[in-house]
Amino acid sequence: MNVHATPMPVTPPATVLKVEGLKKHFGGIKAVDGVSFHVNEGEILGIIGPNGCGKSTLFNCILGQLQPTEGAVELDGEAITGLFPAELNRRGVSRTFQLLQVFPNLTVRENLILAGQEHQGSMMSRLFGPKDAGLSAEAEKMIGFFNLGHLAETKAGGLSYGQQKLLDAAMAFMAGPRLVLLDEPAGGVNLTMLASLKDRLEAINREQGATFVVIEHNMDFVMSLCTRVIVMAEGKVLATGTPAEIRANPAVIEAYLGH
Amino acid sequence: MSRASIFSRIDANLATILIGAAILWFAPAGLKSYGLYVISFWLVMSIAAMGLNLTLGYAGLKSLAQAAFLGIGAYATALITAKGGIAGATWSWPLAFVVSGTLTFLAGVVLGFPALRVKFHYLAFVTLAFATLMFLIFRNEQWLTGGVYGFSNIPRPTLFGAKLNNDLAFFRFVLIVSVLLSLAMWWMLRSPWGRAFQALRENPLRAASLGVNLRNYTLLAFAIGSAYGGLAGALYAPLVEFIDPAPFAVSASFVLLLTVVVGGQGYFLGPFLGAAFSYVLPEVLRFTGGLYLLVYAAMVLILLLISPQGIIGIVEKFRERRRQKDAQDQRDASKAMLGA
Repeated sequence: MNVHATPMPVTPPATVLKVEGLKKHFGGIKAVDGVSFHVNEGEILGIIGPNGCGKSTLFNCILGQLQPTEGAVELDGEAITGLFPAELNRRGVSRTFQLLQVFPNLTVRENLILAGQEHQGSMMSRLFGPKDAGLSAEAEKMIGFFNLGHLAETKAGGLSYGQQKLLDAAMAFMAGPRLVLLDEPAGGVNLTMLASLKDRLEAINREQGATFVVIEHNMDFVMSLCTRVIVMAEGKVLATGTPAEIRANPAVIEAYLGH
Repeated sequence: MSRASIFSRIDANLATILIGAAILWFAPAGLKSYGLYVISFWLVMSIAAMGLNLTLGYAGLKSLAQAAFLGIGAYATALITAKGGIAGATWSWPLAFVVSGTLTFLAGVVLGFPALRVKFHYLAFVTLAFATLMFLIFRNEQWLTGGVYGFSNIPRPTLFGAKLNNDLAFFRFVLIVSVLLSLAMWWMLRSPWGRAFQALRENPLRAASLGVNLRNYTLLAFAIGSAYGGLAGALYAPLVEFIDPAPFAVSASFVLLLTVVVGGQGYFLGPFLGAAFSYVLPEVLRFTGGLYLLVYAAMVLILLLISPQGIIGIVEKFRERRRQKDAQDQRDASKAMLGA
C-alpha cells in the first residue's frame, strides 16, 4: 500500500446482507439463537463452527427454506425475511447446498441454462422463445471458466464428484447473482480440484464483484479465501474477525478443540 | 462434416414423428377396417399416454387418473356431437375438441393443487380418489352420461362438408391431429419448460433455489398432461362411436400408467411404444386364446426386469454402447497415429 498517498474520502462499503437477531427453534432445541451479522459488497465472508452449531440452519433461514422463529433479514436494505427460495433467487440471491445438487439426467450445458432461464422474461416467453433461453453464450463462458469444456454434453450424473462440485458452483453463478451463499463448497473435493475451485471463486469475486458467504470446515480453504470470518458455536456468534484474528482467538480454539 | 455431427444436428424425436407420420399416411392402404381401427386406437391412446408421460415421466408427479381425463373428453365430445351436434355437423367436433381440452386442463389445475402439498404415493392416492369419483359420475349420473348404457351413435367428424365415415379417411384425420399434438408436446419439451419440468422431477428443492417457480410448473404439468387425456378423449368417442363408463374405470388408468412405464417414462417416444405394447399387442396375442393374459403378464415382467427404463431404455442402452465403442475406436485410432 502506498502510505504517502493523500487519504481518499472513505465511503463505507454498501451492506448487501444484514441479519438481525435471527432465531430458529425446533421445539426446545435452539438451532440458531440470536445471530446478527452483515456482509459488505464484494466481501467473502466465512462462517465456521463445529458440526451442529447451526450454520446450515442459519443458511436455510436466510434463504427461505425455513421460516425463522424470530429476527429479520435484509438484502440491500429491503426486508426479505421468509420470502420463498425461488423469489429470493430471482432477486439475485443464489446458493449451493451442502450435499451435491446437480440434475443428473440433464447435460452440463442444460444444467447451466436451467440455472439462468427463470431469471428473464415471462412463462410464455420461455415457452415460445429459443430453446436455450438465449443463454448458450453465457453457459459456454461458465463452462470454459470452470474448465468443464470437454464435458459440456455429458449428463451431470456421469461426472466425477469434484467435477459435479464445480458444476454446482457454476450453476450458482449463472444468473449473475448479487449474493452467493456456498454451503461447504470444498467438502469431499480433492486437493487439485480444491485449488482450482478456490481460484475460480476468487476470480468471480474479483470480476463480477459478487459477494459470497461461505460455510466451510476446511480451515486452510476458509482462511485463504475469506476476507472476514464468523465463528459460530451452539447457535450463537462466538467471534468475528479477519482470518488472522480468528486463528489467534482463544475462545475459538477452545470451541474447536473442546474443553 | 462427419456423419455423427450431421445426425446430431437433426432432432431424432422430430424426425421420428415426421417420418413415422409419412409412413402411417400410406401404410394402411391395404388394411381392412379392423386394422385401421386398431392403429387409430393406438394413436389415440398414445396421445393420452403422452399427456401422462409429461405429468409422470417428465415432471415426476404420480398421477393415477389419466383414464378419467380421457373419459371427461370422450363424454364431453359425445354430449356435444351426438344427435346432430349442438353446433351443426361441421363445427360440433371442433367445439367438442376445444371444450374437452379446456375442461380437462381446468380439472388438471384443480387436481394439481394437492400435488403442491403431497408427493409420491400420497399424491397417487389423491389422484386415485379423483379417478374413482369420475367413474362414479360416469356410471351413476344417468341424466348426463347415460349411465351404464352410455352413448351410442357418436358421429364421426365432418371435414370440409364431408363426413369422415370412411375408416381410412378417419384414420388419416386421427393421424393429423395426433401429429399436431405430438409436435406441440415436442416443442414444449425442448423449450425451457421441458428443462424446468425435469428439474421438478429430479430435485425440486434445488430447482426452487435456481428460481424455478415450483407452483406454476407443477400445475402446468398436471393441467397440460390432463388436457392431452381430454383431447385424446375427443378422438376416442368418434373412433369407438359408442362409450360407456368401463373404459374410463380406475383399472384403465392403471393400464395407461403401465403404458408410460413400459414405453419408457421421460422419453418423448416412450408413449407410442408403450401404447403399442398395451393396446396393439393384446390384439396380436389373440391367437393364444385363454393363455393371453398369462403370456402378456410374463412379457411385461421380463421387459421390466431387462430394462426398467422400458422399451426405449433398451434402445438407449444400445446407443450408449455404440457411443462408447465409437469413443474407444477414436482413442485407438489416435493411439495408433501417435505410435506410427
